[in-house]
Amino acid sequence: MQGSVENEGRTGNDGRADVPAGVDPTQPSVARVYDYYLGGSHNFESDRVFAQRVLAQMPDLVSVAQENRAFLRRAVSYLCAQGVDQFLDLGSGIPTVGNVHEVVHAVNPAATVVYVDHDPVAVTHSTELLRDVPHADVIGGDLRDVRAITGHPLVRDRFDRRRPVAVLLVSVLHFVGDDDGPADFVGEYLADAARGSHLVISHASDEGRPDASSAQAVYNQNRSPNRMRMRTGAEVEKLFGDLTLLDPGVVRIPLWRPDSPDDVRPGAELYPGVAGMARKD
Amino acid sequence: MGGDRVDPAALAADWTTAVLGTSYVSMNRRDLRRYLTGLATRLVASFDAPEWDRTVAAGVGRLMVAAHFTDARSLERTLAVVAEHLAPAGADRTSRLAALQGALAAGYAEALRERTLAEQERISMAAFAARVAAEEARWASEARYQAVFAGAVIGISVAELDGRIVQVNEALCAMLGYDAGEIAARPIYEFMHPYDTSDNWRQVREMIAGTVDHLRMEKAYYRKDGTELWTDLVVSLIRDQAGEPRYLVAMVEDITERHLLQTRLQHQALHDPLTGLPNRALFFDRLEAALEDEYGVPGVCYLDLDGFKAVNDTLGHDVGDQLLRTIAERLRAELAPEGHLVARMGGDEFVVLVEDASDPAHMRRVAERALETVRRPVRVEGNEIRVSASIGIVGRDQGGSGAAELMKAADTTLYWAKNDGRSRVAEFDRDRHRTDVARFELSAQLPEALRRQEFFLEYQPLVRLCDGVATGVEALVRWRRETGERLGPDRFIPLAEETGLIVALGRWVLTEACGQARRWHDAHGGERPLMSVNVAARQVREPDFVDDVRAALDRTGWPAGALQLELTESDVMTAGGGPLETLGALADLGVRIAIDDFGTGYSNLAYLRTLPVHELKLAGPFVTGIGPGGRNGRGGTAGTEAVLSSVIGLAHTLGLSVTAENVETAEQHGRLRSLGCDTGQGWFLAPPAGPARVEPLLGRPLPRLRRSPVPGGERRRPATG
Ligand SMILES: C[S@@+](CC[C@H](N)C(=O)[O-])C[C@H]1O[C@@H](n2cnc3c(N)ncnc32)[C@H](O)[C@@H]1O
Repeated sequence: MQGSVENEGRTGNDGRADVPAGVDPTQPSVARVYDYYLGGSHNFESDRVFAQRVLAQMPDLVSVAQENRAFLRRAVSYLCAQGVDQFLDLGSGIPTVGNVHEVVHAVNPAATVVYVDHDPVAVTHSTELLRDVPHADVIGGDLRDVRAITGHPLVRDRFDRRRPVAVLLVSVLHFVGDDDGPADFVGEYLADAARGSHLVISHASDEGRPDASSAQAVYNQNRSPNRMRMRTGAEVEKLFGDLTLLDPGVVRIPLWRPDSPDDVRPGAELYPGVAGMARKD
Repeated sequence: MGGDRVDPAALAADWTTAVLGTSYVSMNRRDLRRYLTGLATRLVASFDAPEWDRTVAAGVGRLMVAAHFTDARSLERTLAVVAEHLAPAGADRTSRLAALQGALAAGYAEALRERTLAEQERISMAAFAARVAAEEARWASEARYQAVFAGAVIGISVAELDGRIVQVNEALCAMLGYDAGEIAARPIYEFMHPYDTSDNWRQVREMIAGTVDHLRMEKAYYRKDGTELWTDLVVSLIRDQAGEPRYLVAMVEDITERHLLQTRLQHQALHDPLTGLPNRALFFDRLEAALEDEYGVPGVCYLDLDGFKAVNDTLGHDVGDQLLRTIAERLRAELAPEGHLVARMGGDEFVVLVEDASDPAHMRRVAERALETVRRPVRVEGNEIRVSASIGIVGRDQGGSGAAELMKAADTTLYWAKNDGRSRVAEFDRDRHRTDVARFELSAQLPEALRRQEFFLEYQPLVRLCDGVATGVEALVRWRRETGERLGPDRFIPLAEETGLIVALGRWVLTEACGQARRWHDAHGGERPLMSVNVAARQVREPDFVDDVRAALDRTGWPAGALQLELTESDVMTAGGGPLETLGALADLGVRIAIDDFGTGYSNLAYLRTLPVHELKLAGPFVTGIGPGGRNGRGGTAGTEAVLSSVIGLAHTLGLSVTAENVETAEQHGRLRSLGCDTGQGWFLAPPAGPARVEPLLGRPLPRLRRSPVPGGERRRPATG
């Protein structure tokens, strides 16, 4: 179940290596499938067919995706409140509503956001959307290649490395297999970051959720956009390395600093995903 | 009507709970609730607004989509919650509720469709662009390309810059009814349609030239079978990596259905769901159009069923609805073929728009036919129902220039028809309308006039005929308006009765009159003058009336025995129960009761006997019939006098004293005296005047009795009700 993640990101490849993952609309893509879960229409037939297969195993995946976005909003709002004004959003996906730069700029219009995704369609679309937005950019790249990302001219340009940065890995690391050594490369992102930098992770988890395991299995079959590796809370905690884990630690996503008790809906304790935030002290 | 007020905050609270989690929106519960409170406030306001405006609810639907309520469940639950909160506002608002839900759903659907299309288009373009970048523009010829968009829901075609179509997808072929082979290689210009504008094609040329990157239009095509296809067309220019224009990519969405739907919605928006007749909105459109034609003389028959409420109440709403449907259909069948527009204004009101109403007789005939149609019995669920209608007719030349004014006049006219006894036609009458309006304005000013003390009293002496001594006065109320204009009671007392202000006004009159009497008596002593005050039927029906009288007496220190209240004969005769008890209670207090205007109504002396009455005041005609100036028809002077004599005799037998009003000549005065009438009042004796002028006359024989009467002046007896 924990096999290696296919780099090309798609099966049934006709062998043309010059076609990057995600460009072929006849093949589902992680970003577009996720958009479909969120009720968007930035997707093609292949994405919808695949999403339906997953939803058949786990009908409430739709609300799971919603909760994940809600977490993203809470985490980013929290960071803004801490005065963080540089955001590196890894695996940012297809823009929809409540995008990171929107949440950030509502608080601090001068703050910087750089999105990273390896899906060219997501990147092209984001480029289009951000054309007239100051202080927000997108680059195409594989988040596992830390040097390529942090060394990207745009990232070097935009970020002041002497000041704190927030690195967001929201709902993306379950697309990274263990072979890629996630704990290592995640740690690298903050290795030479300033003190006061933050790492945010949300992650799919099938702890206590057999239906989530079945959904994961669908991702690991043929015609999948990407293999999936869900992780337990303990495993995710390890991804934070020696950073200082902030309260309430790694918890089920809806329980991570809800805006109000009203926002915690029934079933939160068994929500199939965990999240946490840590700070570099 | 309308029931309880709808609370937007409560609606928003339930709404939030209902839609939470149905779609992905980027708001927490509190923010969502705030957002929905804004929407709920607009919805409720538009629901309650006098004029229905569908754009508000449609806008709310759109805003839901803007917040990313993209799942149909969000709409479904929204409609349910809205119905739950708005439905109890009253059964009469059900059609408004339906319209509101419809507009909301339509706005939502439209916005969602737009959003969907926009997102589809964006993602497709992103995919194209990504491919162009990845494969150096070789993609278009690839076999795989054909598969790429095969499953796309929108039609896609790619054309070279010379207009030659190089690729089409299946969806587009299906829309147009052609095979891919039949379209390929044809120039896009072959798909021109008569509805295209030259502007559309100019933009395409600009795009080829590279000055425009994007264009969007609604465009019609002919399908292969000749039928019409309506599309939402987006064309984008694809450039190569050097930025040079390379291809035109068209994304085509079939909106033929939507066109039909829009036509249908338009029909729905303009027709009454119950009867299928044109509704108010359409009627006004047509009326306005007719009024715009400066030579046209449109007219309106405004029709309202008589007693429809009774049908609803006794046989139920289903029967009522069925009745309305039948009548609507009959009216339509009867009048529409002649080119008249029959519309339903709401409830049991219908309206017929007659485009050419230049001939009033023709208008009347239309109205009569409508009346006949409505009178035909209707069978509903075994009941044979007969209803009638009242109709108000207004033509353009009378009703003012605008549609709204015309309809207001029609409404007034309809009211006349109803008031004149139903099942009839009334025609607009400008003078009557003007009077109505003036009356209305006057009655609206009454409360303020009372507050500003614009009312004042005059007093007319009551003269003992045997010795000519003024033993009392009748208090007469007047109104000096801000403008300085002086109005007699006949102008405003009926209005005060209608509006109920008579109660407060009457209270003031009583206190003022008794106070004045008290001041006179304090100044001169001697026998107390009788203060006679008019009282309206409405006052006597007030449960507090006796208390009011007692309070006035207490406050002024005027004894009950020196107060006389005048009620008209008809008021007393038709009064039952409570008012009669009131009279008894007043008499017990010691107040004198006089029957005013005696002889104009029933003149039932035998009945009067059973009432606590002390005085008869003979109406004007009794008196004016006396002497050479007598205007009493048949019986002549002698006949009148005989009647008068017997009335006086009878009254005396019953223990009632008699006052003659309108004594205007020396002769009348002489005759009344000789007939044994107790008291006289009138211009010959003394006109009404302010307290200072009246004061010296009281308690002594009138000097005037030695002079001849002043002619002219206020002829009719000024009464206060
Ligand atoms: C489920 S989406 C999450 C989007 C967004 N972060 C959120 O939480 O709403 C995951 C995204 O990560 C991207 N992704 C997956 N693996 C990646 C990788 N190795 N490098 C960069 N992006 C990746 C996918 O293309 C997709 O857009």
